[in-house]
Amino acid sequence: MHAEQIEIASFLVNHPPFDELPEEVLNELARQVEVVYYRSGSDILNLADPIQDLYVIRKGAVETYRRTGELYNRLTNGDVFGQVSLMMNQRVRFPVKAIEDTLIYCIPFELFQDYCDRYETFADYFESENSTLLHKAVSDHQENNNLTSVKVKELITRELVTIPGDASIRHAAELMTAQQVSSLLVVDPNPEQTDSEGPGGIVTDRDLRERVLATGLSPESAVKTVMSKVMVTLDENAYVFEAMLLMLRNNIHHLLIMRRQVPIGVLALSDLVRHESQSSILLVRSIFNMTNVEELQAYSQQLPAVFVRMVKEDANSHMIGSAMAVIGQSFKQRLLELAEEQFGPAPVPYCFLALGSMARDEQLIYTDQDNAIVLDDRYREEAHGAYFEQLAKFVCDGLAACGYSYCDGEIMASNPKWRMTRSAWKAHFSQWIDDPKPQALLNGSIFFDLDGVFGRTQWATELRRFVTDKTRGNRSFLASMARNALNRKPPLGFFKEFVMEKDGQHKNSINIKRRGTAPLTDVIRVHALAVGSSAVNSFERLDDVIQSGILPEGKGADLVDALEYLSIVRIRHQSRQIESGKEPDNNIHPTNLTSFERRNLKEAFQVVSNAQSFLKYRYNANIPTAS
Amino acid sequence: MSVQRPSLVTGPGAVGSWPEHFDQLYTRSRDMRLQRFYAAGTVTADTPIINTPLIAMDFETTGLDAEQNDIVSIGVVPFSIHRIFCRESAHWVVKPGQNLTGGSVVIHGITHSEIDVAPDLESILESLLTAIAGRIVVVHYRHIEREFLAQALLHRLGESIEFPVIDTMALEQNILYRRQSILDRLLKRRVGPLRLGDCRERYGLPHYQAHHALTDALATAELFQAQVAHHFGEETLLGELWC
Repeated sequence: MHAEQIEIASFLVNHPPFDELPEEVLNELARQVEVVYYRSGSDILNLADPIQDLYVIRKGAVETYRRTGELYNRLTNGDVFGQVSLMMNQRVRFPVKAIEDTLIYCIPFELFQDYCDRYETFADYFESENSTLLHKAVSDHQENNNLTSVKVKELITRELVTIPGDASIRHAAELMTAQQVSSLLVVDPNPEQTDSEGPGGIVTDRDLRERVLATGLSPESAVKTVMSKVMVTLDENAYVFEAMLLMLRNNIHHLLIMRRQVPIGVLALSDLVRHESQSSILLVRSIFNMTNVEELQAYSQQLPAVFVRMVKEDANSHMIGSAMAVIGQSFKQRLLELAEEQFGPAPVPYCFLALGSMARDEQLIYTDQDNAIVLDDRYREEAHGAYFEQLAKFVCDGLAACGYSYCDGEIMASNPKWRMTRSAWKAHFSQWIDDPKPQALLNGSIFFDLDGVFGRTQWATELRRFVTDKTRGNRSFLASMARNALNRKPPLGFFKEFVMEKDGQHKNSINIKRRGTAPLTDVIRVHALAVGSSAVNSFERLDDVIQSGILPEGKGADLVDALEYLSIVRIRHQSRQIESGKEPDNNIHPTNLTSFERRNLKEAFQVVSNAQSFLKYRYNANIPTAS
Repeated sequence: MSVQRPSLVTGPGAVGSWPEHFDQLYTRSRDMRLQRFYAAGTVTADTPIINTPLIAMDFETTGLDAEQNDIVSIGVVPFSIHRIFCRESAHWVVKPGQNLTGGSVVIHGITHSEIDVAPDLESILESLLTAIAGRIVVVHYRHIEREFLAQALLHRLGESIEFPVIDTMALEQNILYRRQSILDRLLKRRVGPLRLGDCRERYGLPHYQAHHALTDALATAELFQAQVAHHFGEETLLGELWC
């Protein structure tokens, strides 16, 4: 009973990529096909449904859509769809509808994977021109999320009518009536002389009622005295998620949107609501309403749910990392406010620093707390030491209670060693940079990722600038940093197979942080310090590095894709663990991945490996040091 | 919920009585293979078509008269109204009881030498009956498959076989008839061509090379999916469709 499906085989043999398969393989494939008919107008694939097959259109026509409902593609006889959903996590990402009566040949996922593994040319078909599978996986993922694909200017539906800040309130009311608007954008009449008051604000009907009529203010007063200030600006070409992050970071609800440095409108938190569940924004706002450590601790229980939700909403790693970092930062800020309430105001100014992943906006659900304090130079140990010891202990204990475990390496503000004056910090950095001992740098690299979270945060910016001024083009320092960045190798063997942990609890798994994201972050840091970038986030550092032109053509984009892919695999892994009630970790089991995920993962690790080789050559990191 | 309608086509089997009829046939049959086939039973008339296990079946024969001619090849493809399962399909070439003479018989894709070495139908009968047991057979023009199999078994086992079928040609005829005007009906105008390929074209189905039993079975399964999608709906009861 040799059941040869002649019609199916003879159709497939004439259509790429199936024409690349050997005849006997093709005949076997034809025998495994499942066939289904869709009437014109019916739904073939619905968003987020599980998907088990690759779809080949035998005859008919279909349309695929983005999750916004926007048309993505129109396909007909011989075209293939469903591959992106199969490659990412076997959930439908692009819904499909029949626009003609359509007959579909369904190819089981296992066969599709098997052929991709066995026949390079077959697999290549799914990597479009000039675009690797890895790039496709990453970009398709991002394209499908509103927050990363919609620009701020698309949310500004109409430009605001503007009025100079020194115009009278009466004039403002007249203008509103004449233009039939309920609000005005108040702009600075002399932007060159802008003082610390910020660029502008907004005045509404309600302000005229509540702040003018109700208070008996003269209508001849300047309109800027009754406006709501909007201090933070954002370019109209920024993405919606950047607006969200900016609001999160500053805990504000309005942004002034600029076109070529000129204000054109105000973006309100409510404008973002329909673009995101805003769960992370709400969480941050509530953190500041908590009145003691116990309340904060209870509140921190919600964090895993927020994390899982963002993952499900297809947020990219930068968004998730930033949101988690901002949440972590908010816990610190609130704890410091509570500490100052309890112990009184600080005797000398200080800046509380976040270090490592939180400073880089790359934090995942929980992380070790890595932090430190910069003190004013008037600090005297005898007079002020006890206060800061108390304050630091309060914050570090509070963070531990909220799930941010103590740092094993004691890199915490509660460790007196990491409470230093501004001058002492500069001296410390100078010593690390001028006399780079690899061992010191190994523990010290975390200090090169620093961000101010409370107090005189400008001191953090100043320290970063101090560091990059010293590191830019500093050969011996960069060679040492580069050597350190080569310590952790990606887990690829000679034949590009995965090299797994050999023993212990995590046997047959890959630690994707230690083997992937961490070494890549190290590589990026060295380049960033070399070109004098003061960015801290790895993606932003990469932007600066690519701009500077020190990387070979196209290699920067590869690094971006690899970092995004490794990060998102790690994030999804942790999200799944949280959902199944497990403690999130970094140990990926390749056997649990689809062959596409394995393929993409190998490609990403290969990028890391190549980047390490380039680093070695670029910074002369080959010479062993005598230490 | 679908309203019970009278059967669209009338056939020899009294509608709704197939499960009982199978019980009777089971006690009456002598051949073990037939007994097993009837023992597997059949789904009841009130089963929605979406829940009905189906199998498309097609025969190539040496001619059109079941008493004079014989079966040359058999194709079967199991399916549901949402999926056709090619991997479970089967195709058999069998040696007809009479000689294929010269060019008078054209059987696509099968050579005479293939037929010379083919086994007799009886040796594949068990596999065939196992494949269709418990499923509703879907054919295009029931008089070929039902009558040829009945004759072939009568000839070889001394007893016949009966089973319900869904006939896509009869369904199509009825669909087209209902679409005709009263004048067309009065003048007894033909409803339109009813060959498998012609029916498929009305639903936008691709052209398949005809007269290969397995391809025709696949083509019939696709046609039935299309007919259900366009005219009946997945909740339609089996009793309205079979005969």
